Amino acid sequence: MTTTVLEVRGLSVAFPHRKGETTAISDVSFDLKLGETTCFVGESGSGKSVTARAVLNIVEPAVIKSGAINLVDVKAGQRIELSGLDPDGAEIRAVRGARIAMIFQEPMSSLSPVHTIGQQIIEAILLHQDVDAAGARAKAIEALRAVQIANPEEAIDKYPFEYSGGMRQRAMIAMALGCEPDILIADEPTTALDVTTQAEILKLLKGLQDTRDMAVMFITHDMGVVAEIADQVVVMLHGAVVETGPVDQVFHAPTHAYTKKLLKAALGLDEAPHGRIAPASDEVLIETRGLSLAFPSKKKLLKKRKVGVQALDDVSIALKRGEILGIVGESGSGKTTLARVLMGRFQPQEGTALYHSRDGGTRDLTDKASFRDGQVYREMRMIFQDPYGSLNPRMTVEQIIGEPLLVGGLLKGAALRKRVGELLERVGLPASAMERYPHAFSGGQRQRIGIARAIALDPRVIIADEATSALDGSIRAQILDLLLALRDELDLAILFIAHDIGVVRYFCDRVAVMHRGRVVETGTALQICDAPQDPYTQRLIAAVPIPDPRKRHLVA
Amino acid sequence: MLSYLSRRLLTMILTLLALSVVVFIVIQLPPGDFVTSYIASLSASGESVDQDTIIALRERYKLDAPVLVQYWAWLSEILVGNFGYSFEMQRPVSEIFSQRIGISLAVELTAVVVMWAVSIPIGIYSAVNQYSVGDYVATILGFLGLAIPNFLFALVLMYICYNWFGVTITGLFSPEYMNARWSLDRFLDFASHVWAPILVISTAGAAQLVRVLRANLLDELNKPYVLTARAKGLSRRRMIWRYPVRVAMNPLVSTIGWVLPTVISSSFVTAIVLNLPTLSPILLRALLSQDMYLAGALIMFMGLLTLVGTLISDLLLAWIDPRIRLGMVGAN
Repeated sequence: MTTTVLEVRGLSVAFPHRKGETTAISDVSFDLKLGETTCFVGESGSGKSVTARAVLNIVEPAVIKSGAINLVDVKAGQRIELSGLDPDGAEIRAVRGARIAMIFQEPMSSLSPVHTIGQQIIEAILLHQDVDAAGARAKAIEALRAVQIANPEEAIDKYPFEYSGGMRQRAMIAMALGCEPDILIADEPTTALDVTTQAEILKLLKGLQDTRDMAVMFITHDMGVVAEIADQVVVMLHGAVVETGPVDQVFHAPTHAYTKKLLKAALGLDEAPHGRIAPASDEVLIETRGLSLAFPSKKKLLKKRKVGVQALDDVSIALKRGEILGIVGESGSGKTTLARVLMGRFQPQEGTALYHSRDGGTRDLTDKASFRDGQVYREMRMIFQDPYGSLNPRMTVEQIIGEPLLVGGLLKGAALRKRVGELLERVGLPASAMERYPHAFSGGQRQRIGIARAIALDPRVIIADEATSALDGSIRAQILDLLLALRDELDLAILFIAHDIGVVRYFCDRVAVMHRGRVVETGTALQICDAPQDPYTQRLIAAVPIPDPRKRHLVA
Repeated sequence: MLSYLSRRLLTMILTLLALSVVVFIVIQLPPGDFVTSYIASLSASGESVDQDTIIALRERYKLDAPVLVQYWAWLSEILVGNFGYSFEMQRPVSEIFSQRIGISLAVELTAVVVMWAVSIPIGIYSAVNQYSVGDYVATILGFLGLAIPNFLFALVLMYICYNWFGVTITGLFSPEYMNARWSLDRFLDFASHVWAPILVISTAGAAQLVRVLRANLLDELNKPYVLTARAKGLSRRRMIWRYPVRVAMNPLVSTIGWVLPTVISSSFVTAIVLNLPTLSPILLRALLSQDMYLAGALIMFMGLLTLVGTLISDLLLAWIDPRIRLGMVGAN
């Protein structure tokens, strides 16, 4: 027997501006029931987050144009209509935090950096409950204990930046649940977390929901997460709900074309990986042996010096010509440090790293001098994670892509323009795009520009550091396919740093799994993903959500 | 904490030493020395100069010795607390200092307090109500305040006060209180004069602070933690003061570092136009007349104030922002 606690009917939200308004969501209707998880899926810009914020009536600068949001007080049998309330009024504020609480994607920036975790939780409790300061503190400690934070009596007085990512999200949950709300809105709460941490948080949320009989509104773009936790699913596209239904029905008998497309994109990566046409050649381009790098710790004020971080510990890998080698691991496992060592950014304390260049020579990558003449940088290029941060907003696309050619003194003038045009067309953008600035492009298009810049010098090796993690599912698949095509065409070797197992399985030939600076397992992508040997790899693979509600394994 | 402080103090001393070299070089740059300009000013006023006096003066202050000796003569005296003698004003430098420093501090610090008291509420209002009528008014006034030079504002103020109200607002005391001891009457007289320089000095500063605070706060208002605070059910006013404003104050606090030296340097022209008995006109006069000991001491003092101000703002920042406090890196 489930009770409806929130009814949303015909909700529309629009952003007003000088020339009329832009619709963010239109005619959205759904119910939330106690004890049930309703997942909202859709790609970025589909209106999921706006819907969530509209429920709390915090949509400025947008306005709620029409529709009703009825909050049902089950015990008292009362109903409150939220959309008509003054967004700053006392009535809606009594609902926020007390009846409906919310947690967000980025737990670091969602917590105030200058207040302790305890101050922020206690504030919420004092606002809505009739307790004194000492009582609120006791409750806050209890809340932290409920989200399984070790030593809550001490952890309560720490600042958010002293917590790890997973702990911060737990603290956010503790803050949200401090006042025992009926509804918890979770806006992509695990997107920024590692897959094993994500599994823990999902499990925690499910457990808390069961004990407290809450309704959870869970927003995500990850169909795997939906399959793991949802009872009901709402699929959104361009601000409208295109499909609603129980999770099993949505996954196994989807009716709307867009739902099918989302499912296909999610399953596509899990099913047959790309055809590995040519076997990788045996010519080794990069080989490292026993790389070790420790960062000395910073000396903290009033604190004893801690032991430094062993970022790389005896790392030996080999990248062969034309091969895609995946480096997988959680944040802090040393993946990015390895890439930076190979690019000469850091020099390891021990070990060797050799690059066999096109002219038959060998370069020692642990020696800064090897990079001075720029030859290594001409043959080894990088693609970065953040397609927004990695392109200079003040340069045109032509300048961005042409820069490596210009710096290398290879081309200039009309020949340079022609080459940039060819490169743009090669990555699937019109040559006319070169006149414009990066802000005119979407995330996926920007990543294509980054790829065009990387292949401009006809490199032999591309180091892609989380190159697809910032992209939506369907865009991600397109970028991966583009890289695969380029690999075949240009005979590229790609060192692909990733944390997403699905992507790795789809894209990589071989995989090295890193954990705390060590390579714990190396093998072909299929071996690693389907039959992992190392206990850590097994845990990592087991934490990956499977986009099929009939195969739940994380929270059951 | 103690080791951090001692390191900071040590670098401050080294910086001051380096500054003393620069100051000395700058003082030595113009041709001639203070004795020649002293003679020039005396003969300009028609007095004759005794050749023996000149020689005695040059001897006493080692003006004919090598530069390094002169530098050392100057520095070693400062180290034992003797700032030398002002030829132009015919008094010891320390006496000029002690006479004027109190008034200088009073005027500038009051101006700073007024500046903050005015700019913080306006800055917050401007950011929270971005593009409202009030924001536009604040923006226009702010740009006016930034664009109008202080001395012009001071002149216009003097003109208006004199023409419309018949009040002269130059100086800080009426003639009868000029050399009187402090009393309630003298204080009231002081208060009736001091508002004008404070108004002039604080307008430009306040305009700048409003712009800085507005820009910072606009950045902070879009941060997710603000949404978190609202989702908790906090009232808007309390949420804004407690979260984004607190973070947005950081850059303002770091401006304290440059507020202190303005005690001497900022209000040059204002002080001259309004005829204020503060330190800044003295510095200008000392530089013009190559009054080496006075100018050197004043510039050194400004340097000291800058360093102390920076230290204070660093400590304040560490106090209000735990990220800085807990991340303060050691000297290695």
